[in-house]
Amino acid sequence: MATIPSATEGPVTDRSAAPPQGLFSWVSSTDHKKIAIMYFVAGFAFFLLGGLEALVMRTQLARPNEHLLTPEAYNQLFTMHGTTMIFLVLVPVLIGFSTYFAPLMIGAKDMIFPRLNAFSFWAFLFGGLLLYFSFLAGGGPDAGWFSYAPLSEKPYSFTRGLDYWALGLLTIGVGTVSAGINLIVTIFNLRVEGMTIRRLPLFVWMVLVNSFVIVLALPALNAALVMLLLDRLLQASFFTPATGGTPILWEHTFWIFGHPEVYIMILPAFGIISEVVPVFSRKPIFGYGFLAASTVAIGFLSFSVWVHHMFAVGLGFPVYYAFAAGSMLIAVPTGVKIFNWIATMWGGTIIFSTAMLFAVGFIVEFTMGGLSGIIFAAVPLDWQMTDSYFVVAHFHYVLFGGTALALFSGAYYWFPKITGRLLDERLGKWHFWLTIIGFNLTFFVQHFAGMAGMARRVYTYPALPWLPTLNMLSTIGSYIIGISVLLFIWNVFRTLRRGEPAGDNPWDGWSLEWATSSPPAEHNFERVPPVRGRRPLYDLAHPEAVAAGEEG
Amino acid sequence: MATERHRLAVDMFVLGESVFFAILIMAYVLYHQQTAEHSGTLLDVGRTGVFSAFLFGSSATMWRVEANARRGRHRRMLLWLGVTILFGATFLGGQGWEYYGLIQQNVTIRHSLFGTTFFTLTGFHGAHVAIGLLILGIMAALGLGSSREVVRTKGIPAAAVYWHFVDAVWVFIFSIVYLWGALA
Repeated sequence: MATIPSATEGPVTDRSAAPPQGLFSWVSSTDHKKIAIMYFVAGFAFFLLGGLEALVMRTQLARPNEHLLTPEAYNQLFTMHGTTMIFLVLVPVLIGFSTYFAPLMIGAKDMIFPRLNAFSFWAFLFGGLLLYFSFLAGGGPDAGWFSYAPLSEKPYSFTRGLDYWALGLLTIGVGTVSAGINLIVTIFNLRVEGMTIRRLPLFVWMVLVNSFVIVLALPALNAALVMLLLDRLLQASFFTPATGGTPILWEHTFWIFGHPEVYIMILPAFGIISEVVPVFSRKPIFGYGFLAASTVAIGFLSFSVWVHHMFAVGLGFPVYYAFAAGSMLIAVPTGVKIFNWIATMWGGTIIFSTAMLFAVGFIVEFTMGGLSGIIFAAVPLDWQMTDSYFVVAHFHYVLFGGTALALFSGAYYWFPKITGRLLDERLGKWHFWLTIIGFNLTFFVQHFAGMAGMARRVYTYPALPWLPTLNMLSTIGSYIIGISVLLFIWNVFRTLRRGEPAGDNPWDGWSLEWATSSPPAEHNFERVPPVRGRRPLYDLAHPEAVAAGEEG
Repeated sequence: MATERHRLAVDMFVLGESVFFAILIMAYVLYHQQTAEHSGTLLDVGRTGVFSAFLFGSSATMWRVEANARRGRHRRMLLWLGVTILFGATFLGGQGWEYYGLIQQNVTIRHSLFGTTFFTLTGFHGAHVAIGLLILGIMAALGLGSSREVVRTKGIPAAAVYWHFVDAVWVFIFSIVYLWGALA
């Protein structure tokens, strides 16, 4: 604070004299870069757990009428797989990237509230541990990541699992909201001179919009969780039909949060792609204004589509038409982005580094997920496909083919900045191709399995035509993804020990994070270069272009 | 010039909290038809109206706190801050009285749909008032101590946003739970 202790209050401890060492230096850290690295490490550990859960499920589903798992165990596995991947992997790792790079890209020393930043991380970590503690306390949650009432109510789910689920997510939710607030105030208040809102890197733009979506959406989940907990622990009757409540209230409340959550998992990923594609095409981004504005449009529209998760509930056609229209409308600003990225690559000198390969992979796979998504916006088609493996295929194309590929792209792009060493490109390309082959083998066939009658969330299936073959292919694909992840771990491990030193700016990037050392010092910059356009480092190298008034 | 950081952070926090309360209010309204009979007979609109006046009044006194903080009149600011805390505490006392009466009649969260939605909505609001009193208490303590400048320029403007928000939420709750209930 602003007050300075007076001499009468005794000697002041000089904190810089003995900086904390070892593990304690991490636990006590308020440095945005260290906190971000903890997000990456914890998120990746949870990714391995969630991935392992998926592999066990795929093993169970490899053949029809298999009894490797009991139905009860299967229910816990698919619930924890979904909950883990969404709340403990994709969102926190994206917040990790935001926490590391948003301050650097705007030329700031740290986040604006460093201690709040640490709080957000620890809330996430302990929330995750609380969630997994359920297995030791009598059984994991077993009502799906959406925990539909009344299935999630005491009479149907009587272990402690769902209580831990709700408490864990509540803890994580509080941390996520505070991270969103912190990012908004940081981006508004800590921009270096010259970094106007129209010059913000697109990653920062999308983090900003994303943070607003977080602040508006997560409290809806928190309210839903509170009501569920009151029902379960104090015998309230919000969602229990026997005492006058209605489960539809849960569905509405959950999806008012749940659909914006889908965009919370994709907007920063769009940001990563918007940084990687221009740098490796050696061209400025095409249509900066359109990319920023379409993100704002998505932010607003994301709150007007939630009922498309509830087309099978029976709410009536006027409601359905409105939400079908909203759901189709949101495809427009998303499509705008796809064309912007393609137009950026068009005529560029494209360098197919691993980061760029993952970015291009993202554009292709995410577009497929988007197209199958539009199918669900059409009410009659939704009725045909809902609760089948077609849905499973759709959202894995969006979340794995979309977000996860973007995260790998960002990992290869920024790893040299974070650690000072370049990931091995040869291993990286193996990692990329194995991921693409494994991913498409796993999930492309699930479209057909769904159309052939394979139901979601069921622990086994009869030997109907096509289903055994398609499921076996899907299981083989999932093992290939497993191998690709091992390859990535090996690459990281090898690089940390004896990777090629990266230097400050290995990709010849243009945004401010490349203007400091790799890894950056604790205070980030010795001197922030002047910002006179959208590509400060390009302007620094080409003063003649700035003089000619060319907007970078 | 950018908004002061603490003020902006509380603005964003309040934005999120308004969604939280919107959901709880939605749940109350959804069940209004089933619960109107209870809310009409069990609640004392007149008495709660009086205590509500204290909460609404505390927004006006808070406005005086802000004005005196801006002008640097430290003593007056603390005086009005004390009145605000007193008004807020009176409201909370009224809520305690009301809860005590209901529980005496065996009306609890598990009693009925009315108990569920009423106690959840007003309970979370009461918790927000209590947290607000804690914040104002901290501001008063810091203001009496050595952090006067910080309290005036940063603490009070940020705390005021939260306090006005808590009052505004009660406008909705009082209208929907008490006035609408009395009409039924």
